[in-house]
Amino acid sequence: MAPLVLTAILMIVPLAAGTLFIALSRAMPVVLWTDALIFLLLAAMAAYFWYVRRHEHLAAPWRRVAASSVGMSALVVLLAFIAVGLIDSLHFRPRLAQPGAGGEDVHAVQVLSLLDELARGLRSRAERTYSAPLATRAYSKEMLELADGTQVRDFPRLAHGGAHLKDESGRSRDILARCLAALALALACWGVLAAVLAAALARRSRARFGDTWRALLGARTRVPWRAMLITAGVLLAVAFPAAALSARYHVLGTDKVGQDVLYLALKSIRTGLVIGTLTTLVMLPLSVLLGIMAGYFRGWIDDLIQYAYTTLNSIPAVLLIAAAVLMVQVQIDTHPELFPTAAQRADLRLLFLCIILGLTSWTGLARLLRGEALKLRELEYIQAAHAFGVSHARIITRHILPNVMHLVLIALVMDFSGLVLAEAVLSYVGVGVDPSTISFGTMINAARMEMAREPMVWWALLAAFTFMFVMVLAANLFADAVRDAFDPRLRMGN
Amino acid sequence: MTESVLRVEGLKTELEGSGATVRAIDGVELDLRRGETFAIVGESGCGKSMTALSILRLLPETGRIVAGSVAMEGTELLSLPEAAMRGVRGRRIAMIFQEPATSLNPVLTVGTQVAEVLMRHAGLRGEAARRRALDLLDAVGVPDPARRLGEFPFQLSGGLKQRVMIAMALAGEPDLLIADEPTTALDVTIQAQVLDLLRALQRERGMSILLITHDLGIVARMAHRVAVMYAGQIVEMAERGRFFSAPQHPYTLKLFAALPGAGKRGGQLAVIPGQVPPLTGEFAACRFAERCEFAFDRCRSATPAWAALGEGHEVRCFLRETRRAEPLGSGRAPSAGPAGAPLASGESGAARAKPLLAVRDMKVHFPIRRGLLRRTVGHVRAVDGVRLDLAAGRTLALVGESGCGKTTVGKAILQLVRPSAGAVSFEGVELTALRGEALRKRRNEFQIIFQDPYASLNPRMRVADALGEGMMALGTETDHVAVERRIDELLAQVGLPREAKYRYPHEFSGGQRQRIAIARALAVRPKLIVCDEPTSALDVSVQAQILNLLKSLQRELGLAYLFITHNIAVVEYLAHDVAVMYLGRIVEAGGAEEVLRSPKHPYTQALLAAVPRIEAAGEEEFARLEGELPSPVNPPAGCHFHPRCPSATAKCREAYPEAVRLSPTHAVNCILYREQTNGG
Repeated sequence: MAPLVLTAILMIVPLAAGTLFIALSRAMPVVLWTDALIFLLLAAMAAYFWYVRRHEHLAAPWRRVAASSVGMSALVVLLAFIAVGLIDSLHFRPRLAQPGAGGEDVHAVQVLSLLDELARGLRSRAERTYSAPLATRAYSKEMLELADGTQVRDFPRLAHGGAHLKDESGRSRDILARCLAALALALACWGVLAAVLAAALARRSRARFGDTWRALLGARTRVPWRAMLITAGVLLAVAFPAAALSARYHVLGTDKVGQDVLYLALKSIRTGLVIGTLTTLVMLPLSVLLGIMAGYFRGWIDDLIQYAYTTLNSIPAVLLIAAAVLMVQVQIDTHPELFPTAAQRADLRLLFLCIILGLTSWTGLARLLRGEALKLRELEYIQAAHAFGVSHARIITRHILPNVMHLVLIALVMDFSGLVLAEAVLSYVGVGVDPSTISFGTMINAARMEMAREPMVWWALLAAFTFMFVMVLAANLFADAVRDAFDPRLRMGN
Repeated sequence: MTESVLRVEGLKTELEGSGATVRAIDGVELDLRRGETFAIVGESGCGKSMTALSILRLLPETGRIVAGSVAMEGTELLSLPEAAMRGVRGRRIAMIFQEPATSLNPVLTVGTQVAEVLMRHAGLRGEAARRRALDLLDAVGVPDPARRLGEFPFQLSGGLKQRVMIAMALAGEPDLLIADEPTTALDVTIQAQVLDLLRALQRERGMSILLITHDLGIVARMAHRVAVMYAGQIVEMAERGRFFSAPQHPYTLKLFAALPGAGKRGGQLAVIPGQVPPLTGEFAACRFAERCEFAFDRCRSATPAWAALGEGHEVRCFLRETRRAEPLGSGRAPSAGPAGAPLASGESGAARAKPLLAVRDMKVHFPIRRGLLRRTVGHVRAVDGVRLDLAAGRTLALVGESGCGKTTVGKAILQLVRPSAGAVSFEGVELTALRGEALRKRRNEFQIIFQDPYASLNPRMRVADALGEGMMALGTETDHVAVERRIDELLAQVGLPREAKYRYPHEFSGGQRQRIAIARALAVRPKLIVCDEPTSALDVSVQAQILNLLKSLQRELGLAYLFITHNIAVVEYLAHDVAVMYLGRIVEAGGAEEVLRSPKHPYTQALLAAVPRIEAAGEEEFARLEGELPSPVNPPAGCHFHPRCPSATAKCREAYPEAVRLSPTHAVNCILYREQTNGG
């Protein structure tokens, strides 16, 4: 269960730091709807794992997950994304410099997140328009007035990208030097991380540090710590140079209005995570309750529920979602007084998108659970419970639900990546998130025009694609590990 | 007879488990002669099936053969390339499996599947293959083979499917047929048909059969030579006659002593203490020593080698080396035959006057709904007018083949399935009239034990929770302390340690789980327990423990058992009264003595005759029941049994025969008998 503790630390540290920062800077904390739900979800997960730790039969499959090197490496990547998403979920309204008339604190109308604060440089160093990754000059020629008053048509220098360079020919060397310095720092951090890990492991198993260290390097530990360390090392080796370069350059270029694409990609992570997790939160009670009820009670209840989801399934999902989103949008637009800030309005729309997606996607899991409940209700321990006169509610909660939880869990993890992709598709079609919300979908939507330009602007699409790909791949690999560990049919031969 | 077909030497197979290597087979030697049936007996997990799969090199992915040789008429099979091995499988060695339902491909017709084998091994195609397939189906006794060729497996009954499997196995004209529990999934009457077929085919074709079974009765009926396997090794090998008359290995003796039967009625069945040792390590001692009552110092310090006792009788036991072929006192003779101790008498009138449970004319019909509006187009008459009486402290055995409605009777008595008609009176209270809360209040008085100890306990509930569930739901105990105390008491009653209560079901063996299931039923202090085949999923030695437990519980607590089973030996051992069921109706009922010793109904007679018995070893011919159980959707007119009955007359087709009383307790539904006569 050690990876769980590690996960908990990774989650709690940034959250605590963020809260502290908000309190110290006397900003006004803002809890958006999705923030609240995310924290609720975190609390639920923490409670679940705390419960699992105390129950051997529940902990055993998680232990198998923890022993899978692919799964755990994917988890490391996923955790990095989740950490970014969580930092981006602490919202506040910064305090303005000059106090109000009565000396009280006045707060800006703009809602920022901790990520915005940390990436203030990225956010504020905007260019006028497109610039390629790591460029020092703009992407298209403009009329420039030289010092002597003559006008030439040339690529202008960027306001921020590489502005510190006196001589642009030194750019490569500068980049290389910064990268190397960052890599050295990354290596040092990684070494510290590995040493701390080995020390912690040694302390826990009461072994000598040297032995633990050798076991770690030889991949002889039960939890694949070496694979996880290597993944973390790769992540650090990418993140540190990117961070170092982003102080002086636009690592992934800028978009049409000159915003740093790296910043956009980082902001998109939260949107994807919110859609992927909150949707399941909406979907879960529906599919679990209705699916089990249909299978357990059969008869007219089964007919009714089956009829409901067959009908729902026969309507094209995109149409249904589009109709619902448009209705919500009209409601939001006609009641501007309900939303003090633009961020809150965008957030509510995001939440409704989750709810709508949840309402349209519960059918798959419900059908699966119906089949399982149909099978379980004929099992002898359920018959024995009937013979004891145990009530239906109790049979469902004590006998059926615990025996379908592995299916629910597998479905949850597998659905996550599908939902992240669904958001991108819906936003591309224009029925997804609010246009002011930064998401992979809106980035890709914008890229539609950019790809048609001459010369082509490729970096925004590439950045969105890479970030989404890595996140979904990590989620899928982790989901595979979970399924392998939980699905009894896949566990042949042990 | 002495020409060797298959010689296995020093065969060792290992299975890669999680963390440890299991030595599933550890040095098996056997020598199969042409035209003989060689039986391997043993309890589950002893390596019988692994031996068969190793011979055919069809091991699961985790298994590998580490040593030994398997020679088929001089050809070493273990070193053949896989392509050549495919020619051996089906052509020289064929195999039939336990479960005919899953051995046939459900989306291909029978003809296609037989033709496939013919094409592979005989190179026949088209019309030639069809003709040969017809011959084969005819040879295995499939009626109307031309029609069956075009049918799909789901259209065939279990017995027919197994016949088709045998036909496919014969298609390559193999020298050796490996039959892995070929009749375990079949009813006794069908089992008798299939065993007869195998024997006839062997006689015609001079084929050798390697028969794998756990049933000593089948061994007695089929085998020429027998090998007993224990913990991955053969421990005794002998000709059939010697094996049954003078078994030598203590394990074999225990197996015989654990078999239930009429002869052991009064007493306890022998049990083998302890469990099969884990097969993960190297054995430095006799692997049975820990459980053997004759074990002495040497058994624990060295592994016994083969000791030849003459006439091909060999045994791995130090006792035999020192004291040659001297009979061991206890359990030498396999169970006494039907001529043994008297069965329970049918009278005891006082108890009979006041029955605990009285079932009258109970019917359970399941509607068949078709079409858009789900209109009822017919009924499955699972139970069609059943009459039963059961007094406190007695055991009524309900006997019949699968599909005859026995289990439905049990569930209908407990009101788990509501009867469509009739009366179920329990201590004078009419259960069918009770609804909701009133029924729930009485539920503690009747409980059920199921067949499969793996499906009858919720894997996610600790033992204490499972035992406590009924007490909580029915409020039979006053508070938590009382519940806890009762759980401890129950565990002691069924012979489990107190620590068991905080563990999960998967930590227990099959027999222990069945004990937990019994404790769960006992928890609410019932007066009646419906036992639905409680031992049929268990090994013989474990079955003995459970039967002993049930018997002692009955003595202590005065429980009444409705014992649903198809195992006649268990009935002989346990039952006071017997009711024989056929297609939803009781055809004969009476005291165990009356029904089992002098069966009157032709069906009862055929059913009892079909049971393979150790005592009947070598006896050949007796009345065979032809055909199979008809569908309860559309039962035959008149007496349901007449299409299969050897004594059927035209009158049998006209009306269902009334019950005829042959004695105060013995009744039979057959026109062959008249009131108070001794029948014809």
